[in-house]
Amino acid sequence: MLSNGSEETLVAATTTSRRAIMDRLESRLVDGPELPEIDLKELTTFDDPLEHFCQMVQAVGGQPHRLDRPEDATAILEAIPVFSEATRVASLVPEIAKGNVDVSMIDDPHALATLDWTIVQGDFAVAENGAIWIDGDSLPQRVMLFIAQYLAIVVSGSQVVSNMHEAYERVGKPPHPFGIFVAGPSKTADIEQSLVLGAHGCRALQVFITP
Amino acid sequence: MKLPIVDHPTAAHEFIVNDERSEWHDKALWFVRSKRDKQAHTVPEWEYLRSVASQIKTHTVANLGQYLAEFEKNATALGATIHWAADADEHNDIVLKILKKHGTRRIVKSKSMLTEECGLNHCLEANGIDVVDTDLGERIVQLREETPSHIVLPAIHIKKEEVGETFHEHLGTEEGASDPKYLTEAARGHLRGKFLAGEVGITGVNFAIAETGGFVVCTNEGNADLGVSLPRVHIACMGIEKLIPRFGDLAVFTRLLARSATGQPITTYTSHFHGPRDPESELHIVLVDNGRSRLRGSKEFRDALHCIRCGACMNTCPVYRRSGGHSYHATVPGPIGSVLSPTRDPKSYKSLPYACSLCGSCSDVCPVKIPLHHQLLAWRKELVGKGLLSFGKRLSMRGASLLFRYPMLFTTAGKIGRTGLKWAPRWMTHNRLNKWTIARELPEPPAESFREWYKKNRKG
Repeated sequence: MLSNGSEETLVAATTTSRRAIMDRLESRLVDGPELPEIDLKELTTFDDPLEHFCQMVQAVGGQPHRLDRPEDATAILEAIPVFSEATRVASLVPEIAKGNVDVSMIDDPHALATLDWTIVQGDFAVAENGAIWIDGDSLPQRVMLFIAQYLAIVVSGSQVVSNMHEAYERVGKPPHPFGIFVAGPSKTADIEQSLVLGAHGCRALQVFITP
Repeated sequence: MKLPIVDHPTAAHEFIVNDERSEWHDKALWFVRSKRDKQAHTVPEWEYLRSVASQIKTHTVANLGQYLAEFEKNATALGATIHWAADADEHNDIVLKILKKHGTRRIVKSKSMLTEECGLNHCLEANGIDVVDTDLGERIVQLREETPSHIVLPAIHIKKEEVGETFHEHLGTEEGASDPKYLTEAARGHLRGKFLAGEVGITGVNFAIAETGGFVVCTNEGNADLGVSLPRVHIACMGIEKLIPRFGDLAVFTRLLARSATGQPITTYTSHFHGPRDPESELHIVLVDNGRSRLRGSKEFRDALHCIRCGACMNTCPVYRRSGGHSYHATVPGPIGSVLSPTRDPKSYKSLPYACSLCGSCSDVCPVKIPLHHQLLAWRKELVGKGLLSFGKRLSMRGASLLFRYPMLFTTAGKIGRTGLKWAPRWMTHNRLNKWTIARELPEPPAESFREWYKKNRKG
C-alpha cells in the first residue's frame, strides 16, 4: 500500500497539471462554430428495418433466426452440436433455453471462466449495422457476455430502429455503469487481414428474433 | 527528450528494396481501403456525416476547457477518479502510482495509441510489472519486441509465416504453422490465461462524453471488455482531444469510425462506461495533454486534433502503403502522423512532411475532414521558415527561384539542358548524387521548347 503522503503528492501533482492545462486552454480563445443539430431529413431509414437488420447480422458474422414463438429457439439450439454438448450454460431468458449456471449467485467473475454459453436479452436492434443494445443492468456479471465460448442474444423484431441516431435517442439516459452495442461474434483480422471469428469473446453469435 | 533525426527515405529504404514485401503490403492496405469505400457508399448521407463530425470537433476543440471541466464534474459524480497529466512522464507516473497502491504485478491492456505515445509499457516493465497487450496484433508485435506499424492494424507489416515463428517460439505452436485460424486460436488460449490473471485492466478511450461523464471503447476482439470486467480496477487513458459534447454525438462518430477504419458497419463491441462497475470497484480516467493544448494554439494545424484514429489516411496513402509504418519512426505514422510528429519536434521529424506526393487522397477519406495534404504542404513552408531544410534542397530551391525570376536565364538553361542531355554520358546524370535517377530514366529531350514552337506556329 502507498502511504498517505505519496497519495497526497499524486493529488497535488495532478492538480498542478490540471491548472496548467486549463490555463493554456483558457488563455487562448479560439473561434468555433455552434454545435450542429442533426437534420433528420438527411438520414436514411429503412422500409423494412427488420429485414435489413437480419441481413446485417449475417454480414457481421452472426446467425439470425426469426421465430414465430420464443419456444422455437429450443429446437434450433439443440441442433447446434456445441450447444447440445455444452456443460455450463447461463441463461437470462428461460423461455428460450434453461441454463444451469445461476450468475446472480456468483460474486467473483473469474468463476465464469469455464462458461460455455450465455443467453441474454437485448433491448433493441439497429438495422444499419446489425448491432444489438444490451443494458448492463440486465447482466448480473457483465463478463458473462465476453467470457462465454458462445453467445445468443434474444431481441424482439418489433424493436428495430433504422440507424445509430435513432439508437442513441432510444437509449435516452446514458447507461450507468455499463451498456453495449454488440454486432456479430468477436473477430480479428490481425494476421494478414484474414478474418477469423472467435478472437477473445464469443466464437459465434446466434440472434433470436422474437415477435 | 532529445530524439534522433528521422530521414524518411533512409528509414524506408530497407522496406522498399524488398519489392515483393513492399507490393504485398501495398495490396493488403489497398484491400482495406476498398472495403472502406464499399461501406462508405452504402451510407447515402456519408458526406453529410463527415461535415457534421468535423463541425462537432471544431466546436469541441474551440471550447475544450469548458468541456473538460464538464466531463470531470460528471465523471466524478459517477464515482470515477479523474487524473490530469501534462505530459507523457506524468501520465506514466500516475498509472504506476495507481498500480503500486494496489500492489499490482500483472496488468492486461487493450489497444491504446496514447499509452504507446507515452511509452507506458517500458515504464511499467522497468518497475517490475508484467504488461500484456491483449489485442492480437499488439500481442504479436509485443512478443517480437517491435512497435505497431499502423494504429488500427498493428501487425500489418508481418507475414503469417513470421507470426507462426513467433508463436512457435513463445506459445509453443507447431513449427512452420501459418494458418491464421490456428494461430488466432493459439493466441486465444494463451491470452485467456493472462486475462484471468490480470489484476488491473488498462484501456484507451475512443470517445469521452462531456455531458454524461462516460466514455466509449470500441473493439472487435472483445479484449478491452474481457480485460476490464474481471479485475476490480479499470484505468482508462485518453488524450484530451477525445472529448465530444453530447451523448447523441456518438451516433455520428460510431457510424464513421469502423466504416473508415476497416470497412465494417460498426465494431463488434461498442462499450459505454459510466462510472465504476460497483461500489467495490475503481475507475480511473487519466486525461493527458502532452502537446495537445499547444497544438490547439496553432491556427494552421489545430484541425489535426479532430483525428479519431481510424487509420483511413494510412490505408490510402501511396507513400505509407509502399514504405511501411516503421519508416515514420513515430507512434502515429502515415499522413496524420506526418502532421502530428513535427508539431512535437520539428527538427527530428522534418523529413515527414515530404513523405507525401500531395495527391490529396488522405483528405478525401478522412471522416472528420482534416485537410491533411494542405497541412503537409503548410509544414514544408514552416520548415523552410525555421531553416530546417536540408542543404541539397535549399540549394536547388535557391536555383529554381533564380531560374523562374529571370526569363533569359530560364531560356538559356532550357537550351543547355536540351542539348546537354542529348550528348551527356550516362554517368553524368545517373550517379549517386542524383537521387531522382535511382529508379528512373530521363525523358527524351524535345527538339525545341514550347516558347520556340509558339513563336513558329502562332505568332508568325
